[in-house]
Amino acid sequence: MRRFYGKAVCGGVAIGKVRLLQHIKVQSEKTVVHDTDAEQNRLQQAVTTAREQLLALAEQTKAQLGESQAQIFEIHAMMLEDEDFMDCIRETITKQCCNAEYAVHHAATVFAEGFATMDDAYMQARAADVKDIGTRLLRCLAHQQDMEVWGASPCIVCADDLSPSETAGLSTDRVLGFATAQGSTSSHTAILARSMNIPAVVGLGNDFLAALQNGETILVDGQTGECVIAPDGQTRQAAEEKQNRIAAHIAALHTLRTAETVTADGKKIRLYANIGSAKDMQQALENGAEGVGLYRSEFLYLQQVALPDEEMQYCAYRHLLEQMPTSLMIIRTLDIGADKQMPYLPLPHEKNPALGVRGIRLCLAHPELFRTQLRALYRASVHGKLGIMFPMITDAEELRQILSICAQIRETLRQEGIPYGDDIQHGVMIETPAAAICSAQLAPLVDFFSIGTNDLTQYTLACDRQNPQLEYLHGAPSEAVMKLMAETVRSAHAKGIWVGVCGEMAADPTLTEALLHMGIDELSVSPKDILPLRQHIRNLYGTKKD
Amino acid sequence: MKTMRYQIKDPQGIHARPAGLLAREAKAFDSEITIAKDGNAVNCTRLMAVMGLGIHCGDTVTITAKGADEDAAIAGIGAFLRKNL
Repeated sequence: MRRFYGKAVCGGVAIGKVRLLQHIKVQSEKTVVHDTDAEQNRLQQAVTTAREQLLALAEQTKAQLGESQAQIFEIHAMMLEDEDFMDCIRETITKQCCNAEYAVHHAATVFAEGFATMDDAYMQARAADVKDIGTRLLRCLAHQQDMEVWGASPCIVCADDLSPSETAGLSTDRVLGFATAQGSTSSHTAILARSMNIPAVVGLGNDFLAALQNGETILVDGQTGECVIAPDGQTRQAAEEKQNRIAAHIAALHTLRTAETVTADGKKIRLYANIGSAKDMQQALENGAEGVGLYRSEFLYLQQVALPDEEMQYCAYRHLLEQMPTSLMIIRTLDIGADKQMPYLPLPHEKNPALGVRGIRLCLAHPELFRTQLRALYRASVHGKLGIMFPMITDAEELRQILSICAQIRETLRQEGIPYGDDIQHGVMIETPAAAICSAQLAPLVDFFSIGTNDLTQYTLACDRQNPQLEYLHGAPSEAVMKLMAETVRSAHAKGIWVGVCGEMAADPTLTEALLHMGIDELSVSPKDILPLRQHIRNLYGTKKD
Repeated sequence: MKTMRYQIKDPQGIHARPAGLLAREAKAFDSEITIAKDGNAVNCTRLMAVMGLGIHCGDTVTITAKGADEDAAIAGIGAFLRKNL
């Protein structure tokens, strides 16, 4: 029995026989040829075969895994039609009087390098596709088949790493799990495992592959990242028990995806998702989020090399809203400070950025930045149910100033004949003690409050969130913070507006009951926490039993 | 020679697949069709070169067509862009 640890990707526990995939070595050494026309013909035949393979793979993948997984092969087929790529190969053969293999390898390396150096993560990942096409052409030149090693019995696929071509040829109903020596949690293997929803561990290291033999029993734990080769009886039994527990748990949670979030005594709670990217949005939908309680719009800004303009932001917000057109989506306006630097907006160094020009203060100090975001938000609002939330508010006068800017922007849009939604909600993120204490003055001005418990705790207890020595102050619920939250709820309900919690406290099951008794109407948590929390809430009483 | 400008509306920008479809569209015409961003022009039929421009949502691109069917080419590419990007 040998144990290895890698990065856990997804899924529960799988136990099965090892199916070791070893990359077929393809020859691409440079040799001198005299008949370059013959090489050109070999190349042309290889391209024809490769195209046929790709179109067949696309068909097969579409049938097994669906349209989106199949697209990669359509793209490969299109790349194979690229004249620049093909010219590069043909010219290398003619000018260097060399074999087609070397010319293909050379072109794939050059074009992959071109993509790898682009400043866009999506385009960088396309380098792997170019290399994959190169390998396919080399195999075709050598008349080697695609890797087809799938026997009749179910197995756990073990490999160095898997390319899209390698994973597509497999029959998904025969794969119990994946374990790879290389690869990251965003590699193709990981993406595939998630779409198949089977256990996968990546990045186990080269020693792992060396220790493996085909047909051995292996245990893959997609939750902990542990892989055990030839597990003993006890380890195996424990894993099987875990398998059963996970299966029962997943089955129970799965039934709750479309269930109402309602307490045992019938109180309805809104259960929303916190998201920061388009990928999170997908997870929110998969986990049955009833809306989005916090979209961190700063992610849109931080990933850019230039200030995102109105059109770009409009596209991004519209795309988000269209995915949940009938549910509330709360987008928080830009919330950054001097601790996050953007190349296009140099912020002066601050001694204490947590107490500096951040959140709404930064937006008010850069009115054009703020107006651009608000215009994009209002324009996108016709595509769904938008909520706009302002961070770092400290008093009512500041909030009035912001709402008047919002009114001006709506007026300008109206004059320009650009439509915006008529049911947009505006809200305040309660994250400073000042906002909580003044909540009675803020409540009449807006439609909702959302309590950001992480910052509220940091500012109330005067303790730095990043300081590990002060973690004990953040861990337990502080009485002072709970009092401020209760005050916020009272103010909100007195004016008939709803109040939610979007900090880490919202996902802590030990606090859920206290939050419900306080009168919290909405909880916003990471997508993965939604189903467990829904299950928990359905077993709780929403009002205190006397 | 005919030209047109178009602002990309697709949230993902010109990703691999739309670039491939654009290349196929452009091959249907005899005219030489180029796409340019920030002054860098590439042949529209060259998928990887178009991807290499790194065109994002909100970017404005310039399409140029030169040849016997340049009017039809601009109309065809324009319709493709409005429909897909």
